Amino acid sequence: MITSDIRPVEIVKPQARPRIYWTLMDALVLAKRNLLQIPRIPDELIFSTIQPIMFVLLFRYVFGGAIAVQGTSYVNYLMAGIFAQTVIFGATSTGIGLANDLQRGLVDRFRSLPMAKSAVLTGRTISDLARNTFVVIVMWTVGLLVGFRPEGTVIAWLAAGGILLLTSFAFSWISAMIGISARTVEAAQSAGFIWLFPLTFASSVFVPTQSMPAWLRVFADHQPVSLIANAVRGLLLNQPDASTILQAIAWCVGILVVFVPLAVWQYGRRTAR
Amino acid sequence: MGNKPAILAEGLEKQYGKTRALAGLDLSAEEGSVLAVLGPNGAGKTTAVRILTTLLRPDAGRAEVAGFDVVRDADALRARIGLAGQYAAVDENLTGYENLEMFGRLYHLSGATARRRANELLERFDLTDASRRVVKTYSGGMRRRLDLAASLIIAPPVLFLDEPTTGLDIRARLAMWEVISGLTASGTTVLLTTQYLEEADQLAHQIAVVDMGRVIARGTSDELKARVGGERIELTVARGGSLDAAVEALRSYSSGNIQVNSANRHLIVPVTQGAQILTSIVRDLDAAQVPLDDLALRRPTLDDVFLALTGRTATSGELSADEETPAARPVARSSAR
Repeated sequence: MITSDIRPVEIVKPQARPRIYWTLMDALVLAKRNLLQIPRIPDELIFSTIQPIMFVLLFRYVFGGAIAVQGTSYVNYLMAGIFAQTVIFGATSTGIGLANDLQRGLVDRFRSLPMAKSAVLTGRTISDLARNTFVVIVMWTVGLLVGFRPEGTVIAWLAAGGILLLTSFAFSWISAMIGISARTVEAAQSAGFIWLFPLTFASSVFVPTQSMPAWLRVFADHQPVSLIANAVRGLLLNQPDASTILQAIAWCVGILVVFVPLAVWQYGRRTAR
Repeated sequence: MGNKPAILAEGLEKQYGKTRALAGLDLSAEEGSVLAVLGPNGAGKTTAVRILTTLLRPDAGRAEVAGFDVVRDADALRARIGLAGQYAAVDENLTGYENLEMFGRLYHLSGATARRRANELLERFDLTDASRRVVKTYSGGMRRRLDLAASLIIAPPVLFLDEPTTGLDIRARLAMWEVISGLTASGTTVLLTTQYLEEADQLAHQIAVVDMGRVIARGTSDELKARVGGERIELTVARGGSLDAAVEALRSYSSGNIQVNSANRHLIVPVTQGAQILTSIVRDLDAAQVPLDDLALRRPTLDDVFLALTGRTATSGELSADEETPAARPVARSSAR
């Protein structure tokens, strides 16, 4: 029997805290919500882990023999690229998740609550950061199993991890922008991936750019994915290059400066209809 | 009931491209009352709810809910309203408990309060057994109840229910009605939108009939029915039976003029309390030896209201075959806009 006296037994009163506190707390509440979902839809995480593993196996054992790199083994060269590719591809789940929330009407409920508006976006990017961290750790293990041997110090490796997390976070916001703009979840899915293929293949992720035609090389050497892969590679192989690292960080910060406000603005526009 | 309206909308307008969703909508609901906004699909009901719950800005007009302006005081207002809708807005991949706890936190309750309130509501809505299951496994009725529970976390003074029973089967709908009518006992002001006259009749103190973005009639259920004509018994006398004898037998039951169509032997008898007198009508007709081909008790539907008010029928539009429609049976289909 449903009793419909809805009055709470004790008084239910919102806490009074400064706005900045809620901006962060609301984002964490939603990040927790997204993380709770991961084990319940395991296929999504499994596929986003299997995909980079396939790339490792494909390039390590099929193409790797035909690719010449200088100063290290191909698997050592490859893994830095794989880490960069993994977090960038992994960031596409931000847009897909947001498109899902928009389609299911959940966002309407969120918007009718006295919560921070930005939390829907920041919560999602934070949980995807946590998820990507997990996938990078899995990839590190897979790398070790197929012969990856990082060189240099643990501190340098952690710095490489830091750059990867920053990359993951930055690309999540691009993905967020795409997810909010897409009309359907399917559109968010394809639009989120399609532009990443030229960016990851016309780069130093899998092969040195020296063998590319000059016009392509200009692009490949200066685009963010190459710079991120090169920065991580330097740190993992004991040849850190300050200029490359700074450029990689600058790209990530630049992406955040542009896409965070853009995504928040687009979110407001899309939902206020 | 107080005199101060808990919901007040004046001249609300909203345009989507070329479509005029609201064309000067006025609404008001007294504190502690239930206002039903009745209208066909596309009449502007959902747009009105979205404006009143701060999800949408009106192009023109103003509205106050619980004393707060829906545009200027939107932030403060959100801490005082609940919204439940026709698309149960709960997270399918979380459990019932996790959903309510999350929404409690987003209403800025402390962790302990949010957890206590979640359990309290799950119990009140008969969801305790399912509270640790993911919502994906819930039935339609359970989802709606969870959705409604989520809108009641802070026991809001004003609650908005956008088509709370659309798409539910009859049993789940009746359970929902019971819950909603209980809400007013706690002093909550409720605005609910519906396509079903019977639903408005059951639940609301006041009904506003909307069409093409404006209110075309308002009043209590009885007042509206008086304009429409209330219940009626429709019967078809079998060939060989006497129409005059039938009219004679029915005269004492009729609350108005009996319409007789002798060509198709059809009688329409306006009545009150039709369900109670139905058996004695059958008995009396039998005693008068009037054989029947058909006998039905009809209650006025949204279509009847529309026919009376606008001279055309409302379409019940996107009703799919699996939906139960106890009251609003579409008489004819025409465009709602």
